[in-house]
Amino acid sequence: MAAPKAKEVLLKPIFDDNPIGLQVLGICSALAVTTQMTASLVMSIAVILVTGCASASVSLIRHRIPSSIRIIVQMVVIASLVILVDQVLKAFMFETSKTLSVFVGLIITNCIVMGRAEGFAMKNDVKMSFLDGVGNGLGYSFILMTVAFFRELFGSGKLFGFSVLSPITEGGWYNPNGMMLLSPSAFFIIGVIIWIVRTFKPEQVEEA
Amino acid sequence: MPNKDSITNTFIVSLVLCVVCSLVVSGAAVSLRGIQDQNKLIDRYRNIVAASGISEKPVKDLTGAEVEELFKSRFTKELLDLSTGEYVEDPDENYEPKEAAKNEEFNVDITGYDIGLAKREPKTWVYLVKDDSGSVEQVVLPVYGMGLWSTLYGYVAVDSDFRTVKGLTYYEHAETPGLGGEVDNPLWKEKWVGKQIWAEGQPRIDDNLRVGVAKGGPPAGMEDYMVDGLSGATITSRGVDSMLKYWFSDEGFGPYVRKLASDGGAAGKDEATTVSGDEEATNEESTSEEANAEEDESDESATDDTEVTQPNNDSETSEQKGESDGGSEG
Repeated sequence: MAAPKAKEVLLKPIFDDNPIGLQVLGICSALAVTTQMTASLVMSIAVILVTGCASASVSLIRHRIPSSIRIIVQMVVIASLVILVDQVLKAFMFETSKTLSVFVGLIITNCIVMGRAEGFAMKNDVKMSFLDGVGNGLGYSFILMTVAFFRELFGSGKLFGFSVLSPITEGGWYNPNGMMLLSPSAFFIIGVIIWIVRTFKPEQVEEA
Repeated sequence: MPNKDSITNTFIVSLVLCVVCSLVVSGAAVSLRGIQDQNKLIDRYRNIVAASGISEKPVKDLTGAEVEELFKSRFTKELLDLSTGEYVEDPDENYEPKEAAKNEEFNVDITGYDIGLAKREPKTWVYLVKDDSGSVEQVVLPVYGMGLWSTLYGYVAVDSDFRTVKGLTYYEHAETPGLGGEVDNPLWKEKWVGKQIWAEGQPRIDDNLRVGVAKGGPPAGMEDYMVDGLSGATITSRGVDSMLKYWFSDEGFGPYVRKLASDGGAAGKDEATTVSGDEEATNEESTSEEANAEEDESDESATDDTEVTQPNNDSETSEQKGESDGGSEG
């Protein structure tokens, strides 16, 4: 990886090298929190902050980290940041933090964060690592928000909690598709997104 | 700089990192604790209000301040001694049932039903909604017990007939989202509304306890008492089942609810009311008579909610009340 450009590092993970779309990482939380756009947005922001800051901090101390304990060191940094985010959410966005429940804590085990810390931040300077972290967070968020858009719209006829398609239960015409609220629907939507992206970018298609 | 892979450096790095990280984490935890505790309190109020169903708007749409106001204007909080079913006079406002359950000095063994825990607190907070005349419209009782991963803490609201569930909510648990976590699902919670706790028209004793969760749907004849289990969450469902049975048994709120029922709202002195008489006279009494009787009682209870010496005819009134409730339900 010879001298990556800032813009490339930031934007590439959104379409060209999407952590969920191409690397298929971080699927667990993408299935779990995408029933509502609000929850997904908060989760996205949390992940962007954590990946950005974790990559930056790991990069900052990368010359000092003994290679024998480097994974543990990355883990400790990530875990501390996640706890920080969790505490702030519990203090200022209590309702959303209840919806997200354990998934904020599970950012610790989100492969994207760890993968970027180990794969990029250990070798690059602080600024680039931060941008790379934010970029990957954005790539994750892009998928998350897209999935949440379809799930909330068709699952409950709402967007960000506001009724868009008025459901029959509230006297409207739209019959909500209950399956959209179940986790498997996120698999289908992610699958379709990957399909579409790879149709337009054939270089992402893996050799069979 | 020494070789970064040397043992000394490994120790130094890990030590410094641990100290820095723990400072950051504990700093955040300590400085935000106040706000978080306030949130938790409001959330608890919100759940009590939600269980009771007294809010006109959906409870989730209320702001924190509205919840607090609604709670403070409609609910009275009493500290209940579980062993006697009496309220504690001048309770300590800071009494924490959860802490008390851990205190070896006075916690109580849990027997009879297996709720996955060994000890419970001796006293707990109950929340009463009263009408203008001071008689109890409903009572919100705290329940808890083990699910699969965690202890589930919740509230059950019991209607003024002291038999019918008005609502059930859980405010704290760590069950698997989507499986056991579905105890929070509004559709499932809705199923509890209107369920009977004890067999219809029968005294409120353990033998008649019917409320619970049935895997695969309630068996024939139990539709009025039981709720279908959560799919994929057998152990959580079982936990909910046992905790409800435990908390409404004689070990839990049984004596208290009997007392409430016999007093028509105002829990008074223990006068060893035997509710078993309920069973014999099953005909409905005239409602006007009952209403009068209730009014008389509530006049008295308005003067002193906690300590009312009931007149002798009290048990009779309660019998009438119990029956007509049972009758109208069928």
